[in-house]
Amino acid sequence: MELAFSSEEIVFRDEIRAFIAEKLPESARKNGGRWPHWSKEDVVTWQRILNEKGWAVPHWPVEYGGTNWTAVQRYIFIEELLRTPTPEPLSFNVNMVGPVICTFGNDGQKKYFLPKLRNLDIWFCQGFSEPGAGSDLASLKTSAVKDGDEYVVNGQKIWTSQAHNADWIFALVRTNPNAAKPQMGISFLLIDMKSEGVTVRGIETIDESRHVNEVFFDNVRVPLSNIVGEENKGWDYAKFLLGNERTGIARVGLSRERLGRAKKLAAKLPSFNGPLADDPQFKRKCATVEMQLKSLEITIMRIIDRQRRRNDSTPDPATSMLKLRGAEIQQTTAELLADVAGPMVAPTGQIRAAYEGDFPAELEETLGIIPHYFNSRAATIYGGSNEIQRNIISKGILGL
Amino acid sequence: MRSNVISSLKVFWGFKMDFELSNEQQLLKDSVSRLIADNYDLQKRGAIIKSADGYSKTVWKQLADLGLLGLSFSSNYGGFDGGPVEQMIILEAFGTGLLIEPYLATIVLSGTAIQSAADENKKSELLSAISNGDHLMAFAHSERLSRYQLSQVETRAQLKNGNWILNGEKTTVLHGGIADTIIVTARTKGSDRSTDGISLFLVPAKTKGITINSYPTIDGMQAADIKLSNVSVPQNALLGECDKGFLIIENIEQHGIAAVAAESVGAMQCVLDMTVDYLKTRTQFGRPIGDFQVLQHRAADMYVAVEEARSIAIYAAMMTTEKDTEKRRHAMATTKAQIGISCREVGQGGVQLHGGIGITEEYAIGHYFKRLSMIERQFGDVEHHMTTLSMMDSPD
Repeated sequence: MELAFSSEEIVFRDEIRAFIAEKLPESARKNGGRWPHWSKEDVVTWQRILNEKGWAVPHWPVEYGGTNWTAVQRYIFIEELLRTPTPEPLSFNVNMVGPVICTFGNDGQKKYFLPKLRNLDIWFCQGFSEPGAGSDLASLKTSAVKDGDEYVVNGQKIWTSQAHNADWIFALVRTNPNAAKPQMGISFLLIDMKSEGVTVRGIETIDESRHVNEVFFDNVRVPLSNIVGEENKGWDYAKFLLGNERTGIARVGLSRERLGRAKKLAAKLPSFNGPLADDPQFKRKCATVEMQLKSLEITIMRIIDRQRRRNDSTPDPATSMLKLRGAEIQQTTAELLADVAGPMVAPTGQIRAAYEGDFPAELEETLGIIPHYFNSRAATIYGGSNEIQRNIISKGILGL
Repeated sequence: MRSNVISSLKVFWGFKMDFELSNEQQLLKDSVSRLIADNYDLQKRGAIIKSADGYSKTVWKQLADLGLLGLSFSSNYGGFDGGPVEQMIILEAFGTGLLIEPYLATIVLSGTAIQSAADENKKSELLSAISNGDHLMAFAHSERLSRYQLSQVETRAQLKNGNWILNGEKTTVLHGGIADTIIVTARTKGSDRSTDGISLFLVPAKTKGITINSYPTIDGMQAADIKLSNVSVPQNALLGECDKGFLIIENIEQHGIAAVAAESVGAMQCVLDMTVDYLKTRTQFGRPIGDFQVLQHRAADMYVAVEEARSIAIYAAMMTTEKDTEKRRHAMATTKAQIGISCREVGQGGVQLHGGIGITEEYAIGHYFKRLSMIERQFGDVEHHMTTLSMMDSPD
């Protein structure tokens, strides 16, 4: 995008690059190429480094720690982080609950939570999906019933990413089971994970990692003051949350980083005549991804530009296209990397132990590849599956 | 108008990210769209196709009077100093009406050749002549065995007694039958595939020794096969430097790519709109077929394909004047590959979702499908450009 970025934006990008090069801790740098990726400590440390610089929450209002960057600058920033890669600022904090509190929270909530969200003193997770409410999120059943100055919460959330690391959860709960439409009886509630009656149970996933959990609420007592905004308006806040900062959702930098890694690895491995990197089929696959990324990047720029013009915080259905194509390309690059590594993807992480402390460092390079590939299958499932994104396009844009 | 066009271009050109049209650009868009809407419904277009010349002198005159033909040429030669964005606007509008006038042949391809290679005299003579609609031109490069290889030129030119003597055959020369002047590419040295040794010549169509077989193409355009037997033109018919024509040809093709990219976006948007309309009105099983999710999702995929094409057409417009040859090559190959993929997705999808009437000559969708299918194959198809890209390093 050299042509499309102004010279000031190039200077800005170089500033970001230089900062990352100087400040990214060695452990985070090393773990970026490993699987599982970053430890909780890596994530917290990096976010605090960004916060110290004033870059933890670029898109928040300036009074709450935002930067006043343009949408293009914010895009450049997040893409540089992904491309390096660095740990990402915790999305639950900075992209999800943070903007909701900034916009709909009361003064007390703003004062208490916002600085802690920025600095990752509090780690939030997201309690939306339930066993019976996936794509049909509005059918959720977890209930919050008023009792004095508290809600009593009962129910179960599932696919709760990072719940095992989280201090708090922002949950959609049903406060009015008799509302005219299911969407109208939902509230947005902040719950301390240390509360009595909260149980977290991990779900093993196919990528040798722990991301997702079940979270059970058994008569959990939550102060009424922990509700964000108005009671029964939670669905609106959830829609706001999902529509917020969607332009980063395509994660172009992540795909570029994977593609770069695939090329590097292919240069070391053989094909029929010379290295795999020179194989016409392989080069063709890389070129296809690059073409797709170019179209996607310009589409992102167009949508950013339009959003600036719209000056409207309602979700732009066109961002569904970014999620759709972005996720597909993430999967293609994960697949490409796995295809390059070939049979070397077989070992599990236990190979490290098998070498009894004598593990050759270069093997780390291929170790994360297949978990990554399996993990990437979730990209078209979470945050609204690709099928849901197509529904949004056909209803919201085409009027079908 | 002129200075405003320039200032809006500067904004577009990456000093600041901005995809919005300026007021002048919006006016331009509106006036071209109106012209197309008034003159290019399917019936009128059909009549033009059946007419003797296969294009409309009336429409061509209107385009000239509106200043659209000379829009992108320098004001030194009677143009309006418009840029790639203006060109894109015009062509997108042409695409919505499936315009079959000789704009691509005369203005885009030949105009680019003149602008990039002709001397001052020829520039002022020819650019003003084609701008005011008095003069038509064609670019005769393709040969039966060249397919998408730009350097495959078997037609020969030899300098004899102060004249160039041309011999060979050109095929599917767009609007070759109605051109007053034909730009002919010919080999002045080297083997049939060498990039070195190709030259361009300005040849009046009436020159002795030229045989032109003109015919309609499947998408309603006109093309011609042109045979050159000992065609003699004066020494100054040479366009650009002798033997060094390859880069000019490549530049012409790149402008062609940017042009058909924009045109295809206009055509694809029409296909999408018509298809969505059809999904809303056609009922089966007691409800509009657009209620069925499987059809909704195909329409959503078509929408994404149109938007990707739109993005890449903007990119192409921005990159036509990129100075770095390799970057420009990469950008144009990227563009044409994406455009080809989108054309196919949208064209085939539009026909499929229309069902039986999608393949009738009577209904519009098939005509759009035809044009999109030809654009896929114009200036290199998806396979060709993907192979090109595979052999290059990505600038990103």
